[in-house]
Amino acid sequence: MMLEFIQHLVNGLSLGSIYALIALGYTMVFGVLQLINFAHGDVYMLGAYIGMYTAHFFQLGQNSSVLALIFTITVSMITCAVVGFLIEKFAYRPLRKSPRINVLITAIGVSLFLEFSGQLLFGPDPKFFPQIFKPSGDWSIGELKINPLQILVFFISIILMSVLQTIIFKTRLGRAMRAVSFNHDLASLMGIPTHRIISYTFMLGSGLAGAAGVLVGLTYPKIDPLMGTMPGLKAFVAAVLGGIGNITGAVIGAMTLGLAEEFLVGYWAPTYRDALAFGILILILLFKPTGLFGVKQTEKV
Amino acid sequence: MKLLFSSNSRHGIASLRNWILALVLIWMAHFFVADEIDPYFFSIIMYAGINIILAVSLNVVNGFSGQFSMGHAGFMSVGGYISAFATTQLETIYPEWFAHSFLMSLFFIFILVLAGLGAGFVGILVGLPSLRLKGDYLAIVTLGFGEIIRVFILNIDTIGGARGLPNIPALSSFGLLYSWVVITIFCIWRLVNSAQGRDFLAVREDEIAAEAMGVNTTQAKVRAFVVGAFFAGVAGALFAHYLRYLNPQTFDFNRSFEIIIMVVLGGMGSLTGSVLAAVFLTAIREALRSLQELTRIDFRMIIYSLMLILLMLTRPNGLLGTRELIDFIPNGSRKKKKSLESHP
Amino acid sequence: MTTLHNETDSLEALEVKNLTIQFGGLKAVSDLNLQVSKGMIFGLIGPNGAGKTTAFNMLTGVYRPNSGKIQAFGKNLVGCRPFQITQFGVARTFQNIRLFKNLTVLGNMMIAMDHHPEQKHFWVLPSLLRTRPMVENEIQQEKNCLELLKIFKLDTRKSEIAKNLPYGDQRRLEIARAMATGAKLLLLDEPAAGMNANETKLLMHSIRLIRDEYQMTILLIEHDMKLVMGICEKIAVLDYGVKIAEGTSSEIQNNPRVIEAYLGKVPTDE
Repeated sequence: MMLEFIQHLVNGLSLGSIYALIALGYTMVFGVLQLINFAHGDVYMLGAYIGMYTAHFFQLGQNSSVLALIFTITVSMITCAVVGFLIEKFAYRPLRKSPRINVLITAIGVSLFLEFSGQLLFGPDPKFFPQIFKPSGDWSIGELKINPLQILVFFISIILMSVLQTIIFKTRLGRAMRAVSFNHDLASLMGIPTHRIISYTFMLGSGLAGAAGVLVGLTYPKIDPLMGTMPGLKAFVAAVLGGIGNITGAVIGAMTLGLAEEFLVGYWAPTYRDALAFGILILILLFKPTGLFGVKQTEKV
Repeated sequence: MKLLFSSNSRHGIASLRNWILALVLIWMAHFFVADEIDPYFFSIIMYAGINIILAVSLNVVNGFSGQFSMGHAGFMSVGGYISAFATTQLETIYPEWFAHSFLMSLFFIFILVLAGLGAGFVGILVGLPSLRLKGDYLAIVTLGFGEIIRVFILNIDTIGGARGLPNIPALSSFGLLYSWVVITIFCIWRLVNSAQGRDFLAVREDEIAAEAMGVNTTQAKVRAFVVGAFFAGVAGALFAHYLRYLNPQTFDFNRSFEIIIMVVLGGMGSLTGSVLAAVFLTAIREALRSLQELTRIDFRMIIYSLMLILLMLTRPNGLLGTRELIDFIPNGSRKKKKSLESHP
Repeated sequence: MTTLHNETDSLEALEVKNLTIQFGGLKAVSDLNLQVSKGMIFGLIGPNGAGKTTAFNMLTGVYRPNSGKIQAFGKNLVGCRPFQITQFGVARTFQNIRLFKNLTVLGNMMIAMDHHPEQKHFWVLPSLLRTRPMVENEIQQEKNCLELLKIFKLDTRKSEIAKNLPYGDQRRLEIARAMATGAKLLLLDEPAAGMNANETKLLMHSIRLIRDEYQMTILLIEHDMKLVMGICEKIAVLDYGVKIAEGTSSEIQNNPRVIEAYLGKVPTDE
């Protein structure tokens, strides 16, 4: 009984940390643009593919090591950051003054475009992610067997999130980002180059999604062009759960969702997995739309 | 929208006589032409009809009421499954009924309405959150509802679950389907040009002002959702009895996106725009189908998505904006101005 | 003064008692008392941020007061939703114009008149079939709307899209639209904002006209003192959410507390 519980706990935390990496991008972009960047989940998909191709190109599958892993993650993060930059520049920036619904429609368009041109580029069939980091068997504590990859995913996520936290709260860039998320016009009056800051925000968020892509490839090594939609949507739910625009909230929300999903699957109704996140979303938006840690905003009459 | 309220033109063109004429023409085509059409082309016509109903009904919610629903496929599936369950059960219990095709057609109309009502009821459930949510949040919640509906259907074994529901009797004939196309356009056209429709527009334009002018915005929004859902349910039922097989996967959010693309392309707030876009996109889809089956790459979605992005960048109001086709007919609209008094 | 009037014998259009609302720790409006008699033009003035618009928002159901009573024509308004309050005969305009921007002038009016208490309601079926009574009703409604538009000289612009109207016309259309709801008490939030002297003069004339011809009661917020002093029979002054004075225009002009609120305290020699 206890064993099973711990097993689900580990699974949940590892899943939650992947959601968290994606959710951070959602929450940051929402913070500065009030936009649900639907394409974000697909950037995560691109991250997985970039990781795969990088690994193949440098033949990291054969000589797996921590270094290979760090290298792959870095390449994937940088490429995804560039992709994020391009998406913002060409799809969202021209719409800065448009109604929000137009931007939302564009985001759906970008998302679909990435998914289905992904099919064209990478092929529609699932591909196997090379084992760039091979742990020497499971760790076993008594009866309990834990896949060290899951622990690794968890810790890499934690490290990346702390880096992000430092950037946002300890650097000039972070301060500028917070200013922009507070009020665009005021920020630009204070001499903050809002366009550039928004670009940086997209790059940061997309980079994290890229890392999540590699990490997920490591633990669940089957990747396909449509893999980004569901985790993307769920990460958004996590961001809303934690209070959208709130960094810590997004991480806690993601962990909560990851755990909730794993326990639902483990103990109760595995087939309802995909409904859970949306159920949580509906309940939270109806009863506490600001999320667990959000701030209330009201429309001025 | 320029002529809306200011002249009675749009009601004039759409006098009851013309609608009945359209129905007559459809049934004439049904009896004399439909059998002659090349089956491939015929299937495009049928899917176009279903998509017209879907796009026009979604336009009530997304275009006229300014809510952004992304769960239309959910309503469609509710209608599809209710009707398909009813007819497949009936066929096993009373197979002899299905020998009388005319009788069965009449009965099917009743089932279609039932499917619409079922979807409409779900529309109330989905519309209720719209009372507290706006814009992006509402969009994602409706998407979530659509997915929840799909997951629930996936788990109901009596209607096939993940295996799907096969052997649905073929009851969607050309005449019946296109009669519903006409009925849908007629009802929604008249609705959005009535006092109820004005409430929708008021909600879209400014909710706070609408409320201050006495519009019960909550009721208006739920009403829009119910109307949209009802016709989506009917479309789902027609779809089920044309394809003769249902699978929950058919109704995922990509299906909802597809309907949204039709509405956006045609112009949110333009019914004729939705009709044109539905026909056009169905044609593209079917044209690419063989290529898709060969490569298993969904080319149509690449085209759709590029279209969506370019549209937002260059012509965000869609092809027609909030105008209707008849607004483009020079003076044609003015001629029939009196028709409002001399009612049909 | 009892609060148990019923609609017919009440002389008061609006009675506000001890109205208070807090945002966080801040009392935006505290213990506001107002009485607006039927047929009166009542001015609500005060420096920026004094709580005037907040008071309007409570009167029209946008905000719910923390305590206090609001009665209009003998009906309690606290806890009612904005659309219900409109149907009780209280309609408003907005400080930052809120027209239905993409609809025509007539469209704006029709929507408001759809919810006139005496308006006939048609169910879905008559709307779908466009039955004769429904169509005739629609035509009559259009006529009524045009008649109201005529007061503000907007009848010639009925087919124009609201957002394309000049600023002054938009403000006037908002008043006409509020009247179309059938309201007997109009709350005008800075109706002359952004108007030039000439337009303001015309507006004053129109406000008097609708009071006299249509038996309206008017409560208005305004910074233009010429307008306030020119047409308001009674004026209340708010400062920091508290009513500091009430009276006729000459009483208000000479009230030291009002002068202090607007200009600051005059230093004394002591």
